[in-house]
Amino acid sequence: MHELAVTESVLKIAIEHAEQAGAERITAVTLVIGDMSSFVDDSIQFYFDLLTPGTLAEGAQLHFKRIAIQFRCRSCEEEFEPRGMDWTCPKCCALGGTVIAGKEFYIESIVVKSEE
Amino acid sequence: MCDPCGCEDHVHKHEHPHETETGAWKIPVVQKILSANDQAALENREHLAAHNITTINIMSSPGAGKTTLLMATIAALEGTVRVGVIEGDVASQVDAERIATTGAPVVQINTGGGCHLDAPMVHRALHALPLAEIDPLFIENVGNLICPVAFDLGQRYKVALLSVPEGHDKPYKYPAIFEAVDLVVVTKSDLMPYLDFDLDAFRKLMQSLNPKAPVLFLSAQTGEGMADWLGWIVENV
Ligand SMILES: Nc1nc2c(ncn2[C@@H]2O[C@H](COP(=O)(O)OP(=O)(O)OP(=O)(O)O)[C@@H](O)[C@H]2O)c(=O)[nH]1
Ligand SMILES: [Mg+2]
Ligand SMILES: [Zn+2]
Ligand SMILES: [Zn+2]
Repeated sequence: MHELAVTESVLKIAIEHAEQAGAERITAVTLVIGDMSSFVDDSIQFYFDLLTPGTLAEGAQLHFKRIAIQFRCRSCEEEFEPRGMDWTCPKCCALGGTVIAGKEFYIESIVVKSEE
Repeated sequence: MCDPCGCEDHVHKHEHPHETETGAWKIPVVQKILSANDQAALENREHLAAHNITTINIMSSPGAGKTTLLMATIAALEGTVRVGVIEGDVASQVDAERIATTGAPVVQINTGGGCHLDAPMVHRALHALPLAEIDPLFIENVGNLICPVAFDLGQRYKVALLSVPEGHDKPYKYPAIFEAVDLVVVTKSDLMPYLDFDLDAFRKLMQSLNPKAPVLFLSAQTGEGMADWLGWIVENV
């Protein structure tokens, strides 16, 4: 539901950076999205294709880097990926942990071009 | 500074020495996509601090009992603190009208399809409230266990409600909200005899994900456990 507004910010940030760099076109945008964030790739792609025509980013490729949820065990410091309803540490069997990855939601980079 | 060609400061348009064959180059951005919302939230936070208002963002799935709890809270705290409320819903004034019957100042935000409140919406609502007469301010977010958590509103505390009928396994399915909040309130405790909600399992799961957040257990209908919740408010306002 909220991906329209989110995609508008993606586009705005990408265009700002491209303009600052004196580029005339954006050919690719790479997003980093943690699995714990509530953002859906397909939906962002859908709005991106809808919003980009007529902008610097017309025809740009959108790349997604998904980051899995990662826990750090509070007992033994082991870092592990929770799987569904299995949150037990593979090393010491303690439950859960501090979330150290999976909340990312940012633009990593853009690829730009100038037409001369 | 080159990633991969160091063109961070590439503001010129003449031929570029690192250009690939196609004349394209990469610019590292590393900017949070919700940075505009975060900025607006920061302004709300300052605005609220200037008025000495403690703000509590209440999030839950639809029907977990947010409005009912707020009404019971306002009634119980009458004469001690002056509660203000921002009501967030996709549509309708229903919840604001319910709150208004308590006499507390309330503003309704309709998101018009949006699945969460964002900081600019709260900013506009703040202008419609008598801020000099309010502390604490409760923001009832749109009923949704997923989206609201990504959008900082400028609150001091985030509280999740989980009602007994929803089941104790919800943190497995919606870890983001349960990991992010400062307090969890299990609501509708009066329904325990009819359902298989395992409170110990829920506490254990919360302890494993977010040990800093206390778990309260109450019924706005019977009043069971309300004292702990009111105590938490009075202590933190
Ligand atoms: N048994 C019982 N029912 C409750 C309790 N609190 C709320 N309810 C009922 O749950 C239903 C939903 O309550 P609301 O307070 O409207 O829930 P809400 O979270 O504000 O709902 P939305 O704003 O639509 O997301 C109503 O029918 C309430 O009467 C409680 O403590 N016990
Ligand atoms: Mg409500
Ligand atoms: Zn361990
Ligand atoms: Zn949403």
